[in-house]
Amino acid sequence: MDPDWQAVTLTVKLATLTTLILLVVGTPIAWWLARSRHWIKRPIASVVALPLVLPPTVLGFYLLVLMGPNGPLGHATTALGLGTLPFTFAGLVAASVCYSLPFVVQPLQNAFESIGERPLEVAATLRASPLDCFLTVAAPLARPGFLTAAVLAFAHTVGEFGVVLMIGGSIPGETKVLSIAIYDHVETLEYGHAHWLAGGMLLFSFLVLLILHQANGRLDKWGRS
Amino acid sequence: MGALVIRAGCRTRFGDFSLDVDLTLPGQGVTALFGRSGSGKTTLLRCIAGLQENDGAIHVNGAIWQEGRRRLPVHKRPLAYVFQEASLFPHLSVRGNLEYGFKRVPPARRRVAFDDAVAWLGVERLLERRPDGLSGGERQRVAIARALLTSPELLLMDEPLSALDHPSRGEIMPYLERLHDTLSIPVLYVTHSPDEVARLADHVVLMEGGRAIAAGPLTETLARIDLPMIRQDEDAGVVIEATAVEHDADWHLVRAEFPGGCLWTRDPGSRIGQKLRLRIMARDLSLALEHHGDTSILNVLPAVVTQLADGNHPAVRLVRVEIGETPFLARLTSRSVAALDLKPGKEVWVQIKSVAIVD
Repeated sequence: MDPDWQAVTLTVKLATLTTLILLVVGTPIAWWLARSRHWIKRPIASVVALPLVLPPTVLGFYLLVLMGPNGPLGHATTALGLGTLPFTFAGLVAASVCYSLPFVVQPLQNAFESIGERPLEVAATLRASPLDCFLTVAAPLARPGFLTAAVLAFAHTVGEFGVVLMIGGSIPGETKVLSIAIYDHVETLEYGHAHWLAGGMLLFSFLVLLILHQANGRLDKWGRS
Repeated sequence: MGALVIRAGCRTRFGDFSLDVDLTLPGQGVTALFGRSGSGKTTLLRCIAGLQENDGAIHVNGAIWQEGRRRLPVHKRPLAYVFQEASLFPHLSVRGNLEYGFKRVPPARRRVAFDDAVAWLGVERLLERRPDGLSGGERQRVAIARALLTSPELLLMDEPLSALDHPSRGEIMPYLERLHDTLSIPVLYVTHSPDEVARLADHVVLMEGGRAIAAGPLTETLARIDLPMIRQDEDAGVVIEATAVEHDADWHLVRAEFPGGCLWTRDPGSRIGQKLRLRIMARDLSLALEHHGDTSILNVLPAVVTQLADGNHPAVRLVRVEIGETPFLARLTSRSVAALDLKPGKEVWVQIKSVAIVD
């Protein structure tokens, strides 16, 4: 397979998997952050938001240490017979989930908060259990939030570089994603290849944002009614 | 099953507000929780529903909803709640909203049929519409139908008319009155409107500062001039249940009989035997020591003074009289009270200038 195309498919695979995991992991965190009044809420929210401000290399460095053969996570994965995660696709997925977490949690949290208490109280008086309330009232009303979260998680994962460099390296078919491929092309002065990939990324990013705005515009109108 | 009663002992506080009530309410008919805003009536309703943390005990017609640590979660309480704003789900059609609670009640426990509730509230033609296309009155009717479709054992209504403009209120009131007459579900109805109390309530709880200061049957409670809340009210008066017994077709009048006497009033097109709710304001009563035949006032009845109290101004006093067993209030000047030497036990003639049929 063409190495550039391999990098593209690997990137799409990584971003899709990361997005799915993040929606599963991020939704309960966002729901809890939106509803809890516990003091621990603020520290947790800050931890979740850390990847927004940390240089990706810092995050990547700590993940590398944690997941390495001498790190606690590395011990755990070795004990489970999974080997160590750095420089594998699985390690890349784990790192991407940490890195893109705030991009899922924050839009979802905002969406849940903007629903307010009332619709949930109404649903409870109409015999809906808390889980039922969430699935049939909160989730549908937070649909714009889910769309934003999914698109941001996907796009952000596609665009990551520093964390991948630290944790994944550049193993073709395993950890060599698009951004790394572009970097390698530029390093070896293959500007033609770099142009194809970089231009493709530019177009992709633009399309993603355009679709997001379009869809949210429509959903907003519907949500306000 | 024993007598139908609702016992609500609720204590809660937030900020500088505290609620502390222990009420035993009849498990049938409409009980109005009446008081100013901030008196705790909505908080009490939310405690009963389980929407508000509180200490205490809540028993409804034999079932324990809350006692000590045991708290039935909201969705397991067989109640329905109508909020001040209709709060329809915006992502569902009117039909979807109505079915939301209906579907969650096991078929064997359903006692309100879908088509009945839809017909009672007159929402047949709205079923496929989205909530955002409805008027305020239509929305609230859908919300009431949605609540009834859970076949509740207790219906809680939190000022269901107060978010509506005047015409919408007029549009919904007849539906509420009809529900009152046709449904056997006990209703707790929060309101600050004396008019809604007069039209809908059978019992009333007067709330002030997070406490229930009085509770009882409507007529008796509205005549409690020992309570500052009643005697200082500019619109004090009684509401009595009467029956249409005779028509005067020539003059378009109806004779309404109540325990202790009869009143003539404008005939709204009543049937003989029909129940009529009459509201008689304290300011529309005057008292005389002798019967004067030469008056324009139609209703002159013998009565006995039972109680006197100061009004909301030094010049004004409130006098409670009883016609048979039915109490009435009269607002008189202090000078008149002194001139007629009114005191408990005194026999007087009551002249009633105006009687309003509210139902």
